[in-house]
Amino acid sequence: MNDTNPLQATDGEIGAPIETDALIIGAGPCGLFAVFELGLLDIKAHVVDILDKVGGQCAELYPEKPIYDIPALPIVTGQELTDRLMEQIKPFNPTFHLGQRIDALAREADGRFRLVTDAGQIFITKVVVIAAGGGSFTPKRPPLEGIEAYEGTSVFYAVRRMKDFADQDVLIVGGGDSALDWTLNLQPIARSLTLLHRRDDFRGAPHSVEKMRSLVASGAMRLLIGQATALHGADGRLERVTIKTKEGDEPLACTRMLPFFGLTMKLGPIADWGLNLEENLIPVDTEKFETSVPGIFAIGDINSYPGKLKLILSGFHEAALMSQAAHRIVYPDKKLLFQYTTSSSSLQKKLGVR
Amino acid sequence: MAKITFVQEDGTRQEVVAEPGLTVMEAAKTEDVPGIEAECGGACACATCHVYVEPEWREAVGPPSEMEEDMLDFAFDVREESRLSCQIRISDKLDGLVVKVPAKQF
Repeated sequence: MNDTNPLQATDGEIGAPIETDALIIGAGPCGLFAVFELGLLDIKAHVVDILDKVGGQCAELYPEKPIYDIPALPIVTGQELTDRLMEQIKPFNPTFHLGQRIDALAREADGRFRLVTDAGQIFITKVVVIAAGGGSFTPKRPPLEGIEAYEGTSVFYAVRRMKDFADQDVLIVGGGDSALDWTLNLQPIARSLTLLHRRDDFRGAPHSVEKMRSLVASGAMRLLIGQATALHGADGRLERVTIKTKEGDEPLACTRMLPFFGLTMKLGPIADWGLNLEENLIPVDTEKFETSVPGIFAIGDINSYPGKLKLILSGFHEAALMSQAAHRIVYPDKKLLFQYTTSSSSLQKKLGVR
Repeated sequence: MAKITFVQEDGTRQEVVAEPGLTVMEAAKTEDVPGIEAECGGACACATCHVYVEPEWREAVGPPSEMEEDMLDFAFDVREESRLSCQIRISDKLDGLVVKVPAKQF
């Protein structure tokens, strides 16, 4: 897992509400293949993902790991699978909204759904397809007692406004590019800056490491090797952090802390949408893969049903059946004719091969 | 077969008998050892199968690889005896291995 921070990236312009047939939450393999299956049935889709790239876990957790159980692809890496799916869905021209998380979902008077992202983008859609895998990738919260009380006031997992860090005693924790980049960017404006890492070895770009080390050598900042063990302050205002180093405990004056420990998957706001949940999974039927709310579907790792296997290939099957049911909602008056891509001239036209 | 013992923060011990060739993480998941999450399924990509190897076993288990060291940066309360259990392959040599499960995996 690399430590690019999705909260930093909000792609594209946030504009007027977007009306669509289907909104797919999650751009992992199942979400991407859902674009294809919906597209064959003339259902136009927008896709939202919290990561700043498509591919979900395949791209974020194991882009280089081979997968051996995709039918007809004896060996394929997570990134190759993502690239191939992107190629496959190209004819349907989906719009991606990356670096955004759906925070709210409500039903409109006309039966459609209104969804809002954390960046304020509004979608009005006839069906919702939750293909959110293990949930949304969110920054890891260090298990320091009472840290929640400081979040958003003194402890941040991303830098939204640099001026929040001006003239502050800043502590940055981590050894990757996020930690190093923000060290270099905030050092000139901070009152004091300390970089804390568990070892004197950094994953980040060598030239950033070099720059950081020369700042340390010139006395412009500190580098501590160790770990934070306790936070001290009051009313959400951080004052000190206890750092455990080889030499013992050191109290460090600190008013802003930026921990960069990578990402983990959390169910997130989906829990608040009024859907039935079982152990953080969304129960669905196995005919339509519809949730307890008609018009909201769940496919891939996030759903559950008797016999469920968390396999990419199962998610593909679920996407196909979900699309049939979605068609009845998007085109209630249209009869759906079952067709094969090998022989149907109308499907081939949609795919741009005819 | 090799016997692996998982010790929880509160001292609870759980013995798991596993086939050589599996990883310590896989052995833990097979028997539902609490505290071994293995979110990424063993790809050395998440640091949620972090364990502490007991001192007398450290030499036999060996040190983490460079990739594993990088991933350990994402674990919490990392110590000299920290390893990711998905990267420890069980062999007859590790029969009797004792590892501690951290209080939290993040």
